[in-house]
Amino acid sequence: MRQIAIYGKGGIGKSTTTQNTVAGLSEAGYRCMIVGCDPKADATRLILHKKAQATVMDMARERGAVEELEIEDVLLTGFKDIKCAESGGPEPGVGCAGRGVITAINFLEENGAYSDDLDFVFYDVLGDVVCGGFAMPIREGKAKEIYIVTSGEMMAMYAANNISRGILKYAQSGGVRLGGLICNSRKTDKEYELISELAKRLNTQMIHFIPRDNQVQRAELRRMTVIEYSPEHPQADEYRALAKKIAENRNLVIPTPLNMDELEQLLMDFGIMDNEEAAA
Amino acid sequence: MKIKDHNELFQQKEYIEQFERKKEFENCPSDEEVNKIAEWTKTEEYKELNFKRQHIKINPAKACQPLGAIFCASGFEGTMPFIQGAQGCVAYFRSHLSRHFKEPFAAISTSMTEDAAVFGGLHNMIEGLENAYTLYKPKMLAVSTTCMTEVIGDDLNAFIKQAREKGVIPEDLLVPFAHTPSFVGSYITGYDNMLKGILSKITSGKKAEQNDKINFIMGFNTYTGDYFELKRLMNMLGVKYTILADVSNIFDSPNTGEYKLYPGGTPLDDTIDSINSMATFALQKYSTQKTMEYIAKQWNHKTAVATPIGIKNTDSFFDDICSIAGRQIPKEIEDERGRAVDAMIDSHPYVHGKRFALVGDPDILIGLVSFLMEMGGIPVHIVCTIGDKKFEEDMNNLLNSSPFGVEGKVYIGKDMWHLRSLMFTEPVDLLIGNSYAKFLWGDTGTPLVRIGFPLFDRHHLHRYPIIGYQGVINLVNWIVNTILDEMDRKTMNTTSFDVIR
Repeated sequence: MRQIAIYGKGGIGKSTTTQNTVAGLSEAGYRCMIVGCDPKADATRLILHKKAQATVMDMARERGAVEELEIEDVLLTGFKDIKCAESGGPEPGVGCAGRGVITAINFLEENGAYSDDLDFVFYDVLGDVVCGGFAMPIREGKAKEIYIVTSGEMMAMYAANNISRGILKYAQSGGVRLGGLICNSRKTDKEYELISELAKRLNTQMIHFIPRDNQVQRAELRRMTVIEYSPEHPQADEYRALAKKIAENRNLVIPTPLNMDELEQLLMDFGIMDNEEAAA
Repeated sequence: MKIKDHNELFQQKEYIEQFERKKEFENCPSDEEVNKIAEWTKTEEYKELNFKRQHIKINPAKACQPLGAIFCASGFEGTMPFIQGAQGCVAYFRSHLSRHFKEPFAAISTSMTEDAAVFGGLHNMIEGLENAYTLYKPKMLAVSTTCMTEVIGDDLNAFIKQAREKGVIPEDLLVPFAHTPSFVGSYITGYDNMLKGILSKITSGKKAEQNDKINFIMGFNTYTGDYFELKRLMNMLGVKYTILADVSNIFDSPNTGEYKLYPGGTPLDDTIDSINSMATFALQKYSTQKTMEYIAKQWNHKTAVATPIGIKNTDSFFDDICSIAGRQIPKEIEDERGRAVDAMIDSHPYVHGKRFALVGDPDILIGLVSFLMEMGGIPVHIVCTIGDKKFEEDMNNLLNSSPFGVEGKVYIGKDMWHLRSLMFTEPVDLLIGNSYAKFLWGDTGTPLVRIGFPLFDRHHLHRYPIIGYQGVINLVNWIVNTILDEMDRKTMNTTSFDVIR
């Protein structure tokens, strides 16, 4: 069983990318589970064709305690028999979402969600690694492989670099490794080159460049992955390609994060300055 | 200056006046009103409201995970319990154990404060390990956690690795760990988690040829007498054994005039070798579930669970041991059984038909209810704050197995204030519980037999075994003599104040 965590800036498309990639893997015959680690609980919507109401923490709130839950209450099955669970969490502005992730993953582990027949477990983790709770998926014995979803936008790259720093902390003591950057294109200038270079500086690879295509939105409106909604569409092939690359990826590294100056320099070298100068 | 005794102090004129003024200042309702409400709390109507109570627990029979974890950790040779968390928690665990056993108890806190809550507890862990190792020279540091550590998600495994890499503790120092959030489970969960943490860490890769020893896991058992009793019995049977987490010498160490930081515990060599024993026996079920599951899966030898409290349970315990170890029960043990049965028969006229309320931990409750029914006692209210559904089911099966069990009702997750209501609406003859149950005695006048944990207000009870046939004699002794004391108290000025009972 390979356990993989997907990190990246909020709104960058982690959940969409994860679900489409997992759909691709399942189509190729792998057995997969997705564990959503975000109080918003939208990491399995495209697989289940609905927003999962039965998150671990919602159910716990309803029943009064986590001990009152049964695994069947929170572990659902969707497209291509993909198993789906969502940690859920508190309402915005109260409580501790990080602890919610810890509690949920402990519950899933203790109640046999991680069955031996699984080939892949994907953790879709909220935004940045803001606290210890959101590092839970990469703690001992869990996800050893991380992919960061990014784009050519400054803040997305900043987040990717920041996450690399988090990984470095766990890489030194545990076996956590960075598998690569996934560029979810926002059509910024020289995006392909920029992210390739960022990946190189981080000692990793840009494992795939996903072009921007509105077919993703069309599928999402129907609560489906592109692979399910329009299997023949070229965008579906992009996700299939990413799935194949992840399945075959052996390039797992300890990242070498940049400092802020280096990161800004990289942006100047590649994008912004050139074009602004050209525009001037 | 004469220092007044606490019992008289508050009866002095100045205190009585002060209490009166306080009442007036606080605009306290009249005595009449207070008494009226107090009487109302004894009614069926109040009981129903009380059982609908959702957002408050009143006197739960419960304490948190880390207490069980450090209790377990202390039971190994040269081991210092080490808690990644705030200081106040650890002070509380230590005083709780000291008040029960009347013994000093050492444990380390990494003194996490606000900055640790924000930045994570890595530095506290590294400095803590360095200090603890340098000052106290332990052979093992057993790490557990508190609420704060768990909320911020400290990664113990990674922290301990980093401490080793930094060279603050030697590469080969044993540092097992367990996550023991106080807000999950109770001390029995903490005991289980810590024991699993220790055993899985230190036996890893030590599997060799199987030997003829048997491991015993006592569970969260605070009767030091039980540990000595088990050793005595196994020596009589000629069974070679290792008690995992042997806390007997820690909480019942001889006073030689010299303080020992590490007064005993299971030798580490024996603990490492426990993976090669022929079987592992747990003497409690609910406090050893994860550990036993791990052993059954990983150690590849026989496992069994039996709580030898009462005659029947002790009989089947010996049957199991004898069949696994290939032994015959010696005459001495048969005689002990005979004496225990004799004691039960001597006292049974006073116990038979008596109705009981019980509050305590799951394993001890199962043992006690089984024993009471053997004596013809009738368990009526059984409250287990930390009991789960499985326990409820097991207890109901036990009650269904005897005609004396028909009245018995199990209440899991309920507290002593619930029990108070039950004892007013359906009174019983005798109450069994820990020291906190004395308030139920105070309120209802039902005599209390102190069995369980914690026992703060009576001395030495933990030195007497409650397991085995010897344990049966102690239980009979405590129960029947509480009944007889009460009988004397009630008949003191009557012609029935008999010298023979």
